Amino acid sequence: MLIGIVSEARRGETRVAATPATVVQLVKLGYEVVVEPGAGALSSFPDEAYTGAGARLGDPLAADVVLGVNALSTEQLDGLKPGATVVGVMSPAFDPALVEDLARRPITALAMDAVPRISRAQSLDVLSSMANIAGYRAVVEAAHAFGRFFTGQVTAAGKVPPAKVLVCGAGVAGLAAIGAAGSLGAVVYATDPRPEVADQVRSLGGEYLSVEVEDAGEVEVSATGYAKEMSQDYNARAAQLYTDRITEMDIVITTALIPGRPAPTLITAEMVASMRSGSVIVDLAAANGGNVEGTVRDRAVVTDNGVTIIGYTDLPGRLPAQASQLYGTNLVNLMKLMTPAKDGRLVLDFDDVVQRSMTVVRDGESTWPPPPVQVSAAPAAAPASVSPGAKPAGSPSAPPVSTRRRFAAVGVGAITLFLLAALSPPALLGHLTVFALAIVIGYYVIGQVHHALHTPLMSVTNAISGIIVVGALMQIGHGEAPNGRAVTALATLAILLASVNIFGGFAVTRRMLSMFSRS
Amino acid sequence: MSDLMTVGTGAAAAYIVAALLFILALAGLSHHESAKAGKTFGVGGMAVALTATIVLAIDHGISGAGLALMIGAVAVGAAIGLWRARVVEMTGMPELIALLHSFVGLAAVLVGWNGYLHVEAALDGPGSAEAAALRAQDLLGIHSAEVFIGVFIGAVTFTGSVVAFLKLSARIRSAPLMLPGKNQLNLAALGAFAVLTTWFVIDPALWLLVAVTIVALALGWHLVASIGGGDMPVVVSMLNSYSGWAAAASGFLLENDLLIITGALVGSSGAYLSSVMCKAMNRSFISVIAGGFGIEAGPADDRDYGEHREITAEGVAELLGTADSVIITPGYGMAVAQAQYGVAELTRKLRDRGVKVRFGIHPVAGRLPGHMNVLLAEAKVPYDIVLEMDEVNDDFDGTSVVLVIGANDTVNPAAAEDPGSPIAGMPVLQVWNAENVIVFKRSMASGYAGVQNPLFYRDNSAMLFGDAKERVDDILRVL
Repeated sequence: MLIGIVSEARRGETRVAATPATVVQLVKLGYEVVVEPGAGALSSFPDEAYTGAGARLGDPLAADVVLGVNALSTEQLDGLKPGATVVGVMSPAFDPALVEDLARRPITALAMDAVPRISRAQSLDVLSSMANIAGYRAVVEAAHAFGRFFTGQVTAAGKVPPAKVLVCGAGVAGLAAIGAAGSLGAVVYATDPRPEVADQVRSLGGEYLSVEVEDAGEVEVSATGYAKEMSQDYNARAAQLYTDRITEMDIVITTALIPGRPAPTLITAEMVASMRSGSVIVDLAAANGGNVEGTVRDRAVVTDNGVTIIGYTDLPGRLPAQASQLYGTNLVNLMKLMTPAKDGRLVLDFDDVVQRSMTVVRDGESTWPPPPVQVSAAPAAAPASVSPGAKPAGSPSAPPVSTRRRFAAVGVGAITLFLLAALSPPALLGHLTVFALAIVIGYYVIGQVHHALHTPLMSVTNAISGIIVVGALMQIGHGEAPNGRAVTALATLAILLASVNIFGGFAVTRRMLSMFSRS
Repeated sequence: MSDLMTVGTGAAAAYIVAALLFILALAGLSHHESAKAGKTFGVGGMAVALTATIVLAIDHGISGAGLALMIGAVAVGAAIGLWRARVVEMTGMPELIALLHSFVGLAAVLVGWNGYLHVEAALDGPGSAEAAALRAQDLLGIHSAEVFIGVFIGAVTFTGSVVAFLKLSARIRSAPLMLPGKNQLNLAALGAFAVLTTWFVIDPALWLLVAVTIVALALGWHLVASIGGGDMPVVVSMLNSYSGWAAAASGFLLENDLLIITGALVGSSGAYLSSVMCKAMNRSFISVIAGGFGIEAGPADDRDYGEHREITAEGVAELLGTADSVIITPGYGMAVAQAQYGVAELTRKLRDRGVKVRFGIHPVAGRLPGHMNVLLAEAKVPYDIVLEMDEVNDDFDGTSVVLVIGANDTVNPAAAEDPGSPIAGMPVLQVWNAENVIVFKRSMASGYAGVQNPLFYRDNSAMLFGDAKERVDDILRVL
């Protein structure tokens, strides 16, 4: 089959749906590729590079599969041949008119931004790959507008303190921003409603600022993997945190986005007013109204107190070659998924939740919206991104054992033990003490045992539990005592069995341990 | 002996030393380097304890015949133990361990019976100073209860371990025994134990002791018979724990702190291992005891997973020839096929070519905690490339080839991705993130959990059917 790569019709779009590198992979899957002349020009991919990779130049609309970055324009759609499949970022949930228009045509349409958030589909997740770029570019834009170094220096001309950067939301975009700002030398702080991202923040060199919330239920698992709105209590405490810390920040990057809703306001006008002149705010949620009071979509504005607020919504497009490469790879992964035989034939499998979820129109019939998909139940399996700069509030994780329940369990245990001990005669008490302490020691000692040595551990415990022989040794050979003969007979058998354990256990342990060797 | 130190205090002191040496023995197992020293500490502790006890026994006036019997029994036991330890196959370790558990259980039963014969049975007769002393201190009831608890735990351990041994050595079917109302049966046995104990404390009669022994033997048998083969790692560690508690109960009976400490150490060791195993299967201890997998799993689903892809040994060899990193994830199937030597040889060859080879071990792989590690060590695979699931799970992404040898449920992506799967939430080796996955398998049958494995139908998976040992040898020939 023939794949067509269009030149983007949307004004200001710099990206392209395939690069020479991804063309090679598409050809490997058995497809022919035709590229519209000049399609890659704005991403610095000349036509010759495409032809060199195995594509030819021509009219992409005549192809069986048409790949684009954005939804095709009406003129482009009119030029499609019947039965064609178009793929692109279509925002079907927000653009019902487009869905209607597509459904009037005898085509199939797949929306790259409707990939469900399950781990298998991560390689197709264009929202993740674009968020990554947006996070990086946000730092670059901030550095451009910021009149100082990011890194601290001690020079002959005086000491320069490092810039302080606050990243609100540690999703894909937030983490990318933390990494980029950190590698420029800034001191980076990050907030996020999910305490479990703290480790990810630290791994990138950032410091995690936690919002203290009493209600542990706030951080619950969301069934779709998407971000959700936080409670009033949480928001109040988060606002307090921002108010307290924002005055010391030079750069603030906000990434909080809840799909299908206006972006939550994190930074109020008062907070902006409290910042130093020359500080820079980059609002990655500008497309949905912004996280900052005063953000103007697609523009950089300077407030009365000299704070620059950047509201660009085309951050991925500002790194066109990189964005095209990642998006192109997302498309290649989709083609791999839909070309099971690797024979250049596209097969739409409606039993596959990934393909089902992405399909907006199938053969001229609207299939939007798709049935809801539950994200996987595996801890930490879901990717951490929703839309460029989004902040998902709850990747699935094991619910923490509530402290109250633990206290209750310990309490019940303590009372039971107390009653047991209080009711036992003094002669038994000493033994009970020894017993209880030995269990505790056992628990901690065993907890340290190397996982690879669990079998030797069992054979050693086999051997030492042969210590029961001590009992039999004391019982044997007192013929004059009552039932002496019977006791001796039973004790002899017990000694024999326990001896097997002692000698056999230690010997087999020794044999096993001698087998373990380093390389 | 001086006035300051009698035989009694000397023995007590020796017991404290022995107990500490046992703790050092277990602590030594925390690292490979210190493990051998740990074992030596254990042997030392045992020597100290036995010497002290024998001196004490002689001091208590053991008869000459008794001493001869004692030495004879120890000698025979030692000979049997050393012989078994020398000849046992590493694949047969689970059976040996189970058998050794049963010995501790039976010994505990015998010690308990002796306690009864020595005290309760001699109450009306002449000459039991101990019985008289206990009665004077009003401790007779406690003693009777201790006899019962010791016998009960010991007997459950004994028959439970015997059944585990028979199942592991395939002398009986390993499928779970499904008696109607099996949980009620178990609970009834526990209830009977409580009633009999109370009765025995009030009126220590011989038939009660016989009855409780029978009840406990039946309970142990039934408990393990109704658990399936794949849950054996949990069962064996559970029995390990029981054997410890049996020893501790004997310690209470004999008022011997060394037995109590050792029993508690072993008991908590087994309990800890059981909980590790249960966590690795994402199941509660109760659910393992109360019934096997596949029972609650419901009807087998007939979802269409697509087509699986087959590969030949030559194909695998070719793939391995171009790989730069390989992870091998073995399961019980490797032990069954005795493929560990071939796998070790393969590992050596690949490493000689500069390929980075590692092993990923799921905690419940095999029939015994740590079983895979021992098998691989026996085949001379260096232990520093044998990694635990958590150590290796993030590395599959970026690995060229994963060889899944005789493992199924522990590499099932359904556990991570399908919330409706019976094994959902079970931590698994995420082999599917690698570039290529080769699954060694005899057929397309499902694993122990009775759950179909979508891994086999992945684009990056290929199946290599046949006996794992022969297939590995085929690959070696081509390489």
